[in-house]
This record gives sequence, C-alpha cells and structure tokens, in this order.
Amino acid sequence: MTWLHRYAKLVVASTVLLIAAGGMVTSTGSGLSVPDWPNTYGQFMFSFPLDKMVGGILYEHGHRMIASTVGFLTIILAVWTWRVDPRPWMRKLGFAALAAVILQGLLGGLTVLFLLPPAISIGHAALAQLFFCSTIAIALFTSPGWRAASSATTSMPDDRRLRIRALTTTCLVYLQILIGATMRHNQAGLAIPDFPLAFGSIVPPLWNPGIAIHFAHRLGAVAVLIAVSLTLARVWTAHPGMAALRRPALLLVSLVVVQGTLGAFVVWSGLQPVINTAHVANGALVLGTSLVLTLRSRRSLFADVPAHATSSASAARSYDRTAVNGVRP
Amino acid sequence: MKSKFLGVTCGILLAGMAACNGDSKSAAPSTPPPGALRVDESKAGNIAGRVVFEGAAPANAAVKLAADPTCMQANAGGLTFETFAVKDGGLDNVFVYVKDGLGNYYFDTPTESVKIDQQGCRYVPHVVGARVGQPIEFSNSDETLHNIHALANVNREFNFGQSIKGQRDKKVFTAREVMVPLKCDVHGWMQAYAGILDHPYFAVTSDGGKFQLKNLPAGTYTVEAWHEKLPAQTQTVTVGEKDTKDVSFTFKMQ
Repeated sequence: MTWLHRYAKLVVASTVLLIAAGGMVTSTGSGLSVPDWPNTYGQFMFSFPLDKMVGGILYEHGHRMIASTVGFLTIILAVWTWRVDPRPWMRKLGFAALAAVILQGLLGGLTVLFLLPPAISIGHAALAQLFFCSTIAIALFTSPGWRAASSATTSMPDDRRLRIRALTTTCLVYLQILIGATMRHNQAGLAIPDFPLAFGSIVPPLWNPGIAIHFAHRLGAVAVLIAVSLTLARVWTAHPGMAALRRPALLLVSLVVVQGTLGAFVVWSGLQPVINTAHVANGALVLGTSLVLTLRSRRSLFADVPAHATSSASAARSYDRTAVNGVRP
Repeated sequence: MKSKFLGVTCGILLAGMAACNGDSKSAAPSTPPPGALRVDESKAGNIAGRVVFEGAAPANAAVKLAADPTCMQANAGGLTFETFAVKDGGLDNVFVYVKDGLGNYYFDTPTESVKIDQQGCRYVPHVVGARVGQPIEFSNSDETLHNIHALANVNREFNFGQSIKGQRDKKVFTAREVMVPLKCDVHGWMQAYAGILDHPYFAVTSDGGKFQLKNLPAGTYTVEAWHEKLPAQTQTVTVGEKDTKDVSFTFKMQ
C-alpha cells in the first residue's frame, strides 16, 4: 500500500503538469493548431515526429501526449487500487478517476473537432479539476497517516464548524475555477483592463457579458479569500497543535495569496501566457489543498480502515508527523 | 429489396456529405432570379481612386519567429507584421467595395479559384476578395505545417491542416461576409482577411493605395474602405453611364 500511495502521488504530480500544459494551450491560443483528433495531421499521435512539434503544435500535441501518459498512469492506478485496496469505495474511486480521465480525453477531442465551443471547453476545464481532485483523494486515502488514523482512534477532531468551513471553501474554490474557465474560454480575460479597479472605479461603469463574468471572477476571489481566512482561523484557534490541519491551512492561505498576485499580473501583463498558465496551475493547487483539508476535517465520518492497518495512538501521532502539506498527505 | 434500400440510403448519405463539404470543385452559374438585371457593360462606369495614409505610418512590429526554425530560415532578415503597408503615402491592403446600392443586379459566380498561399510563414496575399460560391484555393509552399482556420461569423467556421509542402485545398464561402479573418494557430502571427461578396465590385489597394471598381451600372452607391486596424470609412458615390468617378479615402491614426 505504501508503494500505491507513492504511485498515486506521482499521478497527482503528473496531473498538475497536465493542467499546466492545458493552460499553455489556451494561453498561447494553440487549441486549434492541430486540427484533427485523435490523429495529429493525419498521423497516429504517438508516431508524430518531434521535429514537427513547432509553434502551437508544441503546446497542443504536447498536451495530448502528457494527457495520454496520465491516462495510462490512471489505468495502472485504478487496477492497482482494485487489486490491493480492500475498501470497496476506494476501488470504485480508482475506476471513477479512470472514467473521468477517459471522458476528459473525449471532451478534449470534441472541443478541437467542434472548433473550441465555449461550453465544451469549459466542461473540459471543469472535469480536469474533478479528475485532479480524484487523484488527490486517492493519494490521501492510501497514505499511511490516513489509514492509521481509524475512526476509533483518530487524532482528527470531529469539528462540525471546521467541516462546514472547509467544505464551503472547497466548493467556492471550484466555483471560482469554473467562473475563471468561463471567462477564459469567452476571451474575457481583459474585459476589465485595469486592476485592482475596474475602468477606474470599484464597480464597472459599463456592462456586457464579458465584463460581468470578469467582475464575477474578481468577486469570487474575494469570497474565496474570506472563506480560506475563516477556515484558517478555525484551525488556528480550535486545533493549533494539529499539524495535519494546520499545515494544509497555512499552505492554502499562501497559495491563495500567490493566486491573487498572479491574477493581478495576468491583467497587468495583458494575458502573458506563462503568467496566465501559472494562474491556472496554481488555482488547481488551491483546490487540491482545500480538498485535503476538507477530507481530513471529515476523517471521522469515513468508514473504518481495514484490519491490517496499524490502529494505535502511535500511528495517529505518526500521521501528524507525516502530514506535511496539502498535496502530500 | 435490401440492396435497393442500401443504395438509396448510401445515395442520401453521399448527397448529404457533398452538401456539407465546402470543397466544391466548381461553382456553376445558377439561374438568375425573376426580374434580376444584368449589367450592360457598354454603358457601365467605373470608380477609381486611392487610399491615403495621413501622417507618419506606425512601424509594423517585428514577428518573433523562434517558435519554428523553418520560418526563421525563410525570413533570415526578419519578418514584420503587415498591418500598415504604406507606400508613397498610399495605404495598401485596404479592402474597398460597394457596400450598398446595387439593387437587383445579378452576377454569375466565377469558377476560377482565388488563391491564398502560405509562403515564408505568411499569407500571400494578406487581404483578398472573393465571391460567394467562388472556390478559394489554399496552398502551402513552406517546408513546415500550417493550419488554416477561418474565423467566420456568418459563414461556417472551418479549420484544416496542410502538413505537406505543395498541398492544395479548396474551400467555398456561401454567404456575404466582410471580412473573414484567417489565421494559423501553429504560427500565431499569420493572419489574413477575406472579403466575401455577392457581386464583383471590390478591390484590394496596392501600389501606393490605388484601387479600381470597374463596370458599375449607373447609380448611387455606398462605397466602404476597410482596414484591419483602423475604423472603416464609407462614402456615397454617384456613377453615371460611361462615367469614371475619382474617389479617395484618407486614413490616419486615431
């Protein structure tokens, strides 16, 4: 199970890379540089020559190659989980992740064939985050700390207020990512060209759909910041000694601050592709970290871990020691 | 019975595919609608003129070619955008056309293709006019891959690839649209514009902003000059029989 956990972390890291590669595709406007799918300029994807990966093809075909790799890694993850994890819901989770990555591939192909309709492209972006969440959940659920902390002996508190705040934060972050994807795929990233003001005012003096979605993304950022702060405050005041909660909470706040800074630079730089992509990838990390915190806050609600897991107070303490941050449970 | 059914089904499918495919090989003239007029060329007039750029023309930005070594090789001396093509004070690459006033005249659709080549990682020509239903032949003269992505609003948007040097493909626009931007998503700087009209009275300025609209029937027309960056300008022009009107447009930076 330890190796499965390590492998799951590899899948998480690969998925972050995949999301960043997808961000580069959109940020560089390369989404249609390979007009066919699943082939690449009529050639089988894996035999497409490297020296032909020029311009936008580098990003689009590169994204497809990384996506295929993540797909293969997920197949192994699902089968491996099925074979070694005795928890029925975990086995299902492995195959749910596989189903998500397959559907994700299909959405990616369809959005190319239909010339990037916003609805499909936004769906592609939304599902990418759900798939990422599933890989994080698998990595967390297979971690020694999670398995050691059985519900009977868990060191995790049963704190209803924290559960609600953490879950609300995760939902808000996901909603914010959806709004961001809608803005991005409707070319509204510069609909409000200044920051922090909007056309020199706090509230935009004129409105159209692009300005509305852009402004909604800014308001969403404020809502996320408030939610994250409330979650951190709860962890800090009620569970100051709980490293498994404190560390992801601190990481979450740090990532949100970085995210806001990147968002400002996205506008100031006029959608510079690398900054834009960093904003997308960091957004995924915010979501992933918030998810870890949410799941840990709900540890006591999960079914008991299997018999062969070490269930002792020392294991619970060990959990605290090994839990270092949001994406490395 | 079964084979007949299959034959009919296949026939319907093939007809449907042919209807959906924009690559028609020819555009045969259709029957004029009832009451439609033909231009009497013996009485027709012309509009000739020039598009002038007032003031100093902005320098066109340099293209960053590093993304593709083939493009760098083809443009050893560098490449600039073609936004402001000013020669002797005249502005080239302006699409001048009759926007309104033709009434009920009818024109046969040319079957000869308008050609757009991808040459040295740029479109040649940069601005082009074509008729509704007239084939446009896209060719690739480069050793690298290109995709041709038509960002049409009225017509059907399309995107296809040309991976081989010498490859040629034809497309047809089925509705009037000024302008249809064309772009290569592989090489983000590559852009061209196609004006699609249902009549032959259009021209792209060249040789110092000059243009000519020939064989116009007598009448009063709205003539528009379109530029890719500057706001379009219109003028009302009255042309008499065998008359040639001199018209000029003046563009300047806003």
